Amino acid sequence: MAEIRVENLHKSFGEFVAVKNSSFTVASGEFFVMLGPSGCGKTTTLRMIAGLELPSSGLIRLDGDDVTQLRASARDIAFVFQLFALYPHMNVRKNIAYPLANQGVAKPEIKTRVEEAARTLRIGHLLDRSVSGLSGGDRQRVALGRAIVRNPKAFLMDEPLGALDTELREAMIAELRALHDRLGATTLYVTHDQLEAMAMADKIAVMNKGVIEQFDTPQQIYGRPATLFVADFIGSPPMNLIPCRGPLAPGATTVQVGETVAGIPAVLDGTTATDLVLGVRPEQVQLVDEGGLRGEVFGAEYLGTTQIVTLRTGAGTVRARLSSAETVTVGAPVGLAFRPEKLSLFDKATGRALRTAWTVAAETKGHRRG
Amino acid sequence: MSTSAHSVVEPTGRTKAIAGSLVIAYALITMLPLVWIFLTALKTPPDSISYPPKIVFTPSLEGFCNLFTTRSRQTEDYIKSLPPASGTCEQIARARNMVVAGPSNYVPRFWNSVVIAFGSTFFAVALGTMAAYGFSRFRVPLADDLLFFILSTRMMPPIAVAIPIYLMYRELGLSDTKFGMILLYTAVNVSLAVWLLKGFIDEIPREYEEAAMIDGYTRLQAFRKVVLPQAATGIAATAIFCMIFAWNEYAFAVLLTSGEAQTAPPFIPIIIGEGGQDWPAVAAGTAIFLVPIVVFTVLLRKHLLRGITFGAVRK
Ligand SMILES: Nc1ncnc2c1ncn2[C@@H]1O[C@H](COP(=O)(O)OP(=O)(O)O)[C@@H](O)[C@H]1O
Ligand SMILES: [Mg+2]
Repeated sequence: MAEIRVENLHKSFGEFVAVKNSSFTVASGEFFVMLGPSGCGKTTTLRMIAGLELPSSGLIRLDGDDVTQLRASARDIAFVFQLFALYPHMNVRKNIAYPLANQGVAKPEIKTRVEEAARTLRIGHLLDRSVSGLSGGDRQRVALGRAIVRNPKAFLMDEPLGALDTELREAMIAELRALHDRLGATTLYVTHDQLEAMAMADKIAVMNKGVIEQFDTPQQIYGRPATLFVADFIGSPPMNLIPCRGPLAPGATTVQVGETVAGIPAVLDGTTATDLVLGVRPEQVQLVDEGGLRGEVFGAEYLGTTQIVTLRTGAGTVRARLSSAETVTVGAPVGLAFRPEKLSLFDKATGRALRTAWTVAAETKGHRRG
Repeated sequence: MSTSAHSVVEPTGRTKAIAGSLVIAYALITMLPLVWIFLTALKTPPDSISYPPKIVFTPSLEGFCNLFTTRSRQTEDYIKSLPPASGTCEQIARARNMVVAGPSNYVPRFWNSVVIAFGSTFFAVALGTMAAYGFSRFRVPLADDLLFFILSTRMMPPIAVAIPIYLMYRELGLSDTKFGMILLYTAVNVSLAVWLLKGFIDEIPREYEEAAMIDGYTRLQAFRKVVLPQAATGIAATAIFCMIFAWNEYAFAVLLTSGEAQTAPPFIPIIIGEGGQDWPAVAAGTAIFLVPIVVFTVLLRKHLLRGITFGAVRK
């Protein structure tokens, strides 16, 4: 297994820049997810790493070796496509054996390795079936089989679950992560689905318009979004982004939101910007009878143990995740208070998060999974 | 029975009967000329021009004999002086005061047709597949203009350029050569092949080759082992279209070939001239000429059907 290091990777198609100076590292054995909306350059990045597309500039290193200009076939990387790309004119066994057939691997060894891969993926009973009759999940398993049978340096997966229905997708998420833990393979996984990313990743890179906006653990991305885009993209419902007013002095612990004042984690450097945005996760919103940001209940969405309550306030719509035990009446006037310690603050003009006691806590502690 | 306008209803016996008789009537109309050709091939020359036409007649091999042989007229005395006739054709010839002088040119002309049709089909499809793959997969500069240019070669009837080609071929020494005819038919067919095959190859997801290339295959290997098998339907359909054109082509064949490389289509009408209106021989030549293209089409018909209804049937 290998480390993938990408340095200042850049790709333009004519005038259009698909990937802008991307840099990140996938550590050996890590499950790395690249997350972003459709068209943000995820596939292009993956194709450059695989060798299917040449970068306009930048470096790609595999275990330290520069492979930027190397042919796809010489990189020893496996790729799982969204469309599975199984060869319809071959059966399952031949499909899985295909990468080995060309490498001069002896017949008996091919047989054992194919059967081992099939066992790992629990598709041993399908080996002699034609791929055209298989279900979506089984096709995806065959595609994975073709990838793992080679024992490659790394796996690249481009929305491999995108073509499956929701139920199957959830099962495959667990299966994929378990497979990764068993093989310990360096995996670079691309998706536009934040739930997939959150559920599987060791590290996530959130990408937008060809730029990596944040590169961190799922917990950090959720808890401490680095930009407004990340704050808005991650979470369901997403973070409430409430306009508030600067400037803030260094050490400030409150900010003016509409007619009320909200507590925030201590701002480190302060800011001169006048337009700020307060980022509040729905679970950080509390209802209070007196004071707070005044508004009224607009609607409630029952989710079992919790409910998502939509509130209309002078500062815009705010969504709160409350216990279902709390009763809310549509149209009733309420006050909103925010639990201050984990709130985020953004400069509206640059879109970047301000450094606060909360964000710095992460920098000093370091925040790693496992 | 309640059926909405969109539901598919099992056809009733009566609609089936009507549809069936329509199909049969149409088949009869289209097949009648073919049947007439086969019947004429088995008639004697007098039977073939009798009026009213004969439906019932004694079959004769005279047409086939006349097709495959040349005969010379002799005096009755001379024929009587010959030893007994050795074969059916000799017997038939003597009955008409003739003797078989030798084989006709039909077999070599037919063979020319085979060589030229298969040869040009092979080259048109081979070149077309590679060009189509290139246009489909690579960023070819001016691709759209080039494709339009390729298509534009078919916008006028090929015979419109007959004179220039005739002069060119004469200068280059390509007149009446098999190579020249293969070259010409390939040139005419390759544009059709590129366009048809590009459509087919566009439909094959490029991920298939990319997967193979990541798995250690070169592009050429991926093309051969992954693209070609999946384009088989398109290649077969294209081959049939090219084949039919090359096999039936008449105008250029008349213009550019006269001996060495003459194909069957310009040869068959010539037979008429040899000894009166020999319709049975012409019909026999036509009947035999139809066989290979029918066999070829029947062999590939599954592909042809899928090719025509492409997209609707696939996947
Ligand atoms: N070969 C190409 N030529 C021109 N534009 C392309 C090409 N490939 C991708 N793009 C553009 O680059 C952008 C990023 O594409 P892609 O990497 O596929 O996005 P994602 O996988 O994140 O959805 C898209 O806007 C797409 O239109
Ligand atoms: Mg994509």
